[in-house]
Amino acid sequence: MPVRSRFSGVPVNAAVVFLTLVWIVPTLGLLVSSFRPFSDIATTGWWTALSPPFHFTLQNYKDVLDTSNLGTSFLNSLTIAIPATVIPITIAAFAAYAFAWMQFPGRNLLFLSLIGLLVVPLQVTLIPVLQIFTSVHIPVLAPDGLNGNFLGIWLAHTGYGLPFAVYLLRNFFGSLPNDLFESAALDGASPLTMFFRLALPLSVPVLASLAIFQFLFVWNDLLIALIYLGGSADVAPLTVTVANLVNSLGQGYQLLTAAAFISMILPLIVFFALQRYFVRGLLAGSVKG
Amino acid sequence: MDRYVLLAIAVVGVPAVLVAYIVGSEQLVQRLQDRTQPRVRPWFWVGPTIALVSIFLIYPAIKSIYISLTDDKTGAFIGLTNYAHILADTSVRVAVRNNGLWLVLFTGLVLSFGLLFAVLTDRVAYEGPAKSLIFMPMAISFVAAGVIWKFMFLYQPAGTPQTGTLNAALAVFHAQPKAWLLDRSINNLALIAVGTWIWTGFSMVILSAALKQVPGELLEAARVDGANELTIFFRVILPLLAPTITVVGTTMVITALKTFDLVYVMTNGNYDTNVIANRMYAELFQVRNLAQASAIAVVLLLAVIPVLYFNLRRFRTQEALR
Repeated sequence: MPVRSRFSGVPVNAAVVFLTLVWIVPTLGLLVSSFRPFSDIATTGWWTALSPPFHFTLQNYKDVLDTSNLGTSFLNSLTIAIPATVIPITIAAFAAYAFAWMQFPGRNLLFLSLIGLLVVPLQVTLIPVLQIFTSVHIPVLAPDGLNGNFLGIWLAHTGYGLPFAVYLLRNFFGSLPNDLFESAALDGASPLTMFFRLALPLSVPVLASLAIFQFLFVWNDLLIALIYLGGSADVAPLTVTVANLVNSLGQGYQLLTAAAFISMILPLIVFFALQRYFVRGLLAGSVKG
Repeated sequence: MDRYVLLAIAVVGVPAVLVAYIVGSEQLVQRLQDRTQPRVRPWFWVGPTIALVSIFLIYPAIKSIYISLTDDKTGAFIGLTNYAHILADTSVRVAVRNNGLWLVLFTGLVLSFGLLFAVLTDRVAYEGPAKSLIFMPMAISFVAAGVIWKFMFLYQPAGTPQTGTLNAALAVFHAQPKAWLLDRSINNLALIAVGTWIWTGFSMVILSAALKQVPGELLEAARVDGANELTIFFRVILPLLAPTITVVGTTMVITALKTFDLVYVMTNGNYDTNVIANRMYAELFQVRNLAQASAIAVVLLLAVIPVLYFNLRRFRTQEALR
């Protein structure tokens, strides 16, 4: 648009390039470091590696995978994040549809309460939920209680993720044209048909946005995992393992570079491949409200 | 149980059960009189959400408030004694002060940089890629971001080669290296800078979307009237963006209050960098005083009430416009 580009010129371009560089240097620096041998990391900055002679190695990655249980943690993160994305979205979709297209007493009050819950700090729920988790024993699935157990953290992420998921989906369902549902109802379609045949197919993009959002939220979560998984290594996700490495690796801090990148690979792939959906999810949550 | 069996059950089985539940409930509803059907049906649809949210958010919040009013050992009701204890505790006061710093500086910086990036990238040809790179930190965990910045902040004594990017940059200007995370005069700012690095992309993306909604003719008209670019920014663009700025601002206020991961990874709250969430974690797992930990959490809850009120009011006006 010519109207907008009027002010552009050398200063604007220089500022954008400079600020963008400032923003990527931290990540770039760590990426370069992660391929440098320990002796280099300890004595010189990462930028020296960019000029010859080049000394790049995969040793940090190999060492950190050998000495820590990062591989298991990667699997654990997946095991936690996939169900903790699928379950809340399924539950939220039903509720959001009811909030958008069904009339019932108390509907507005209930929905307003959900909006209120969006800002409740999780900290205020930790102790009572922990108490519930230790007292609930489920045969086969969680015989020793729900903490330290995948089932428990799936449930926790579901409970915590629901207000946002319902809020986002309800706003989307509510924005679908009224006529669509009215004419379907006149044709004798049941609420089930309207939900599965009309609302869901139309909301694939917003469901994708929500899924990416929730997946990244769970994958990157530290607090909930720390509290409900109790830090035991065989169920710990990447965030917990990397955070433990930060505290325990005094001498071997070069391994952290590789560990951090292993924890970032999946989010970065998801981000760069599906950024459009991720951004749409954010916008739907904040601007449109 | 085997991980993969469990995963399959969770990913395929649970949604299947949920769909079966909705379909089954519809069978039940169909048996009712036509008039009662629409009144009963919604409760089956919202039921699971209400149940889970009650178990994980509403009941625990109320229970925490109750626990915070009882004695940790005996469980007897002791009124506000726990609050008196925590507010008299210097380490809690430091945490409250730091959250105050976060609240003001973090929110201000994220909004300013977000606005700056939104306006600047709007005027260049490579807007997409530039925004992508600035937004990227939002995708990674605070733990990974913490590691990234630990290496940025590396400190060697003056006179030796600096391996941390920031101190090396200072050396270029012949300035003394700084112990960014240990020096009490700057370490909170250093942490807030990392938070800003992460969240600016979020604020930029949302403000940028709002900026695109500003009609070009409006700006053109202002220019024809002889307004310069700065006047246009402050008198035309900024007022139009005000609602979006408020929305991003409230999100940042909540983020600032809930800060946990970054502090946990970077300083673990040492050297006067603790915040309320981390202080509560310590009270819970190190001191093991559940009643006082609950009191700290309730302080956090009280702090978000203004935002809660604001959000509800905003939603009401929006609904009225629909």
